[in-house]
Amino acid sequence: MSIDLSQFFDVFFEESFEGLDAMESELLNLEPGKEDQETINTIFRAAHSIKGGSGTFGFTAVSDFTHVLETLLDQIRNGQRQLVAEHVNLLLKAVDCLRAMLTALQAQEEPERQEANELKQRFEAILNGENSTDAPEQAISEPEEQADLPITFQIDFKPLPYLFKTGNEPLYMIAELSELGELETQALHDEVPKLKQLNAEDCYLYWRFFLTTTRGESAIREIFEWVEDDAEITIVQCGGLFEEPVEQVEPSDTPQSVPAEAEVPVQTPASSKTVQENKKETVPAKDARKNTDPSTTSIRVGIDKVDSLINMVGELVITQAMLSQIGEQEITESSIAALQEGLAQLAHNTRDLQENVMRIRMLPISFVFSRFPRLVRDISQKLNKQVELKLIGEQTELDKTVMEKLSDPMVHLVRNSLDHGLETPEERIAQGKDPVGTVTLNAFHQGGNIVIEIMDDGKGLDTEKIRNKAIQNGLIQEQDELTVDEINELIFMPGFSTADNVSEISGRGVGMDVVRKNIQALNGSVEVSSEAGVGSTFTIRLPLTLAILDGQLVQVADHTYIIPLISIVESLQIDIAKVSNVGKGLQVLRLRDEYIPILRLYDIFNHKGAREELDKTLLVVVENDNYKVGILVDDLLAQQQVVIKSLEANYQRVDGISGATILGDGTVSLIIDISGLIKLSGLRRPGSSELLVDLKADEGIPA
Amino acid sequence: MTERINLNQQLVLDTETDEKQFLTFMMDEEEYGIDILAVQEIRGWEPVTVIPNSPPFVKGAMNLRGTIVPIIDLRQRFGITHIGYGPLTVVIVVSVTLKEQTKLMGIVVDAVSDVYSISEEKAKDVPDFQDSDNAQFVHGLVNVGEKMVVLLNLKKVLDLHDKSCAKSNGG
Repeated sequence: MSIDLSQFFDVFFEESFEGLDAMESELLNLEPGKEDQETINTIFRAAHSIKGGSGTFGFTAVSDFTHVLETLLDQIRNGQRQLVAEHVNLLLKAVDCLRAMLTALQAQEEPERQEANELKQRFEAILNGENSTDAPEQAISEPEEQADLPITFQIDFKPLPYLFKTGNEPLYMIAELSELGELETQALHDEVPKLKQLNAEDCYLYWRFFLTTTRGESAIREIFEWVEDDAEITIVQCGGLFEEPVEQVEPSDTPQSVPAEAEVPVQTPASSKTVQENKKETVPAKDARKNTDPSTTSIRVGIDKVDSLINMVGELVITQAMLSQIGEQEITESSIAALQEGLAQLAHNTRDLQENVMRIRMLPISFVFSRFPRLVRDISQKLNKQVELKLIGEQTELDKTVMEKLSDPMVHLVRNSLDHGLETPEERIAQGKDPVGTVTLNAFHQGGNIVIEIMDDGKGLDTEKIRNKAIQNGLIQEQDELTVDEINELIFMPGFSTADNVSEISGRGVGMDVVRKNIQALNGSVEVSSEAGVGSTFTIRLPLTLAILDGQLVQVADHTYIIPLISIVESLQIDIAKVSNVGKGLQVLRLRDEYIPILRLYDIFNHKGAREELDKTLLVVVENDNYKVGILVDDLLAQQQVVIKSLEANYQRVDGISGATILGDGTVSLIIDISGLIKLSGLRRPGSSELLVDLKADEGIPA
Repeated sequence: MTERINLNQQLVLDTETDEKQFLTFMMDEEEYGIDILAVQEIRGWEPVTVIPNSPPFVKGAMNLRGTIVPIIDLRQRFGITHIGYGPLTVVIVVSVTLKEQTKLMGIVVDAVSDVYSISEEKAKDVPDFQDSDNAQFVHGLVNVGEKMVVLLNLKKVLDLHDKSCAKSNGG
């Protein structure tokens, strides 16, 4: 019988990763001393299925490793061992290790064994040695399993009648048992009915084995692993080799009536069912799924989303039928009216359909948030800080592609909050604060954007130090008067990213420019607000999707470009009286209290035939990075939603262009990347309102 | 014209010989050949969207059923005088793998000519004309009947990171 198991690999990996995520989040919920049975059951169950699955697929490295983990969990579950913090730490490490092993296996590589072996040894050390608590179960706990002295176990194995239908065969198990050591088998047949009532497909026999083995209890359990839900199994140790097996149980007794202290039920069907149900409920609800694994390209979509799509396609088909009916009629005035109505309906349907298709890519942000409890736990332990993590708005939905790119900047910000923002418990007590610091992650929708706030109640940014550092780095001048917000903005400047600055500046700094760059690459923005002694808040604003944007079509000569609507502050006709020349070839427009540099699109993009006279053109004022520039265009055309296509896919990166789209008439139009355009123009920003001009010195701009 | 083989016959023959099929096209009276398996489709010329600050031989981007495809003028890429585009101007859309990325690109040529089946062994190495920038684009030369066909190295032709296109001066 050869079945190609590889077809089930994907499912196995997916389920295993889910299991690991569930284990991780449940482990984080565990508090030694206050552990809740359900939680431990969930963790045990997850480990158990990973072990079972990996065993089935021949991933012995994984199943061997999971085995020790499972043994420990089982002992905790059965109350044989007290859960201590060390166990949780070790189990979390084991989860990481398993994840790495499975990831390697998924990529069809050989998993790294060394870490697993080390961890396994530590588990075995725990299982073998020290503090296996509480007397009664002592006799049958693991240490003795490791001993070389043979032990006799009494095993009662009573399959439920339907055992055969689940594809299991007791004979194989007996054969396997006999391999473990000296086996004495009693088949008990008192439940076999009269021939007339006998159903050949049911199992009526049950067995009592006396097995003398050096292999320990877990080896026995492993044999019965696949039938433990379908049978009553009792494994009792009955002393040394030379003792007579103690007759403890009347043959007709069910295992439940065996005196409790003398037995350890491996798993009664009842308890296992609750665990299974528990797992089914918790896992999908928490949506604990890997989102960092690049090899996963599938997404899970709620059936409600699919249903609404099907509905909408139905509507669309009806509209289409209606329109084609009109098309067959003779053209009259009334049919034109009907046609227009039909087209309006079509537009409505298309729009709905589009929105709903986009929603398929939307996933709750808990996919990103779920990694933070672990991160915060690890970092706070390392830093000796006490931290409470609050997650708000976990169900807020966000496009999958945005989500994937969001997690790195967020990790950075959270790490910074823990490292630089929060004080040590002593410092906090000294300031009259709760020794436990709080980091809050909050996500919500605002307009077409998602806003994510990372708040801490730490000491806030040290503006004086930041200012000094900025002066030292030449980012600002000694005499510059900056507001607190402007100073805080400085941490996003590249000059603050060198490692030396970090320890000196108590505020944030490491690679914040990279954080900002990454977020800007997603057409988003990041801001900081901070109050000394109260805490800081980083606010990330992102478009909900990267696939579609609202664009303003503009014309330059005979070229059409798209400026993202979100960047546009206003569009205006230029009042020449307010334009002045600054330096060589740069013009600025005084607009209310600001000076807006004028970027001539045709010049930057080398287009001929555009209007050059300022009074015949229009200025689109855009804001990027809290910095405004005006883009000179010939004309404004329509505003419309555009579907973003990659130019890079078949060509290469083009400076000043973020992508392309296809307009209604089928032509390609390019989308302007504002920050790229500013860079291309040679305009630079110094940290204040002053402008530095570094235009192509020899060319100059025709006035 | 004895070398010309019916396309359908050739498909059968192809499995038995080491011959490869080449699509040839005309450019400035010369016949050039490219591996037919790289050819996605052949289209007429239509106006394209100019990509700012791109090399002059990059004419722009075209919409190919939802995909943005850059269009390259092969004459200009080879430094042959640019002629205007007319109704007979042809765009051959090819797919090439550059740096492990498969890209779709269009090349503008004067006219499509023929399909030949050529044993690669017959292709002669390019004579040593190191003076010419274009030597790098040529995979080999082959005689088909009386004619000579220049087999192109598409990867080189379409690798725009090449130094020869570093200077940018767009339209």
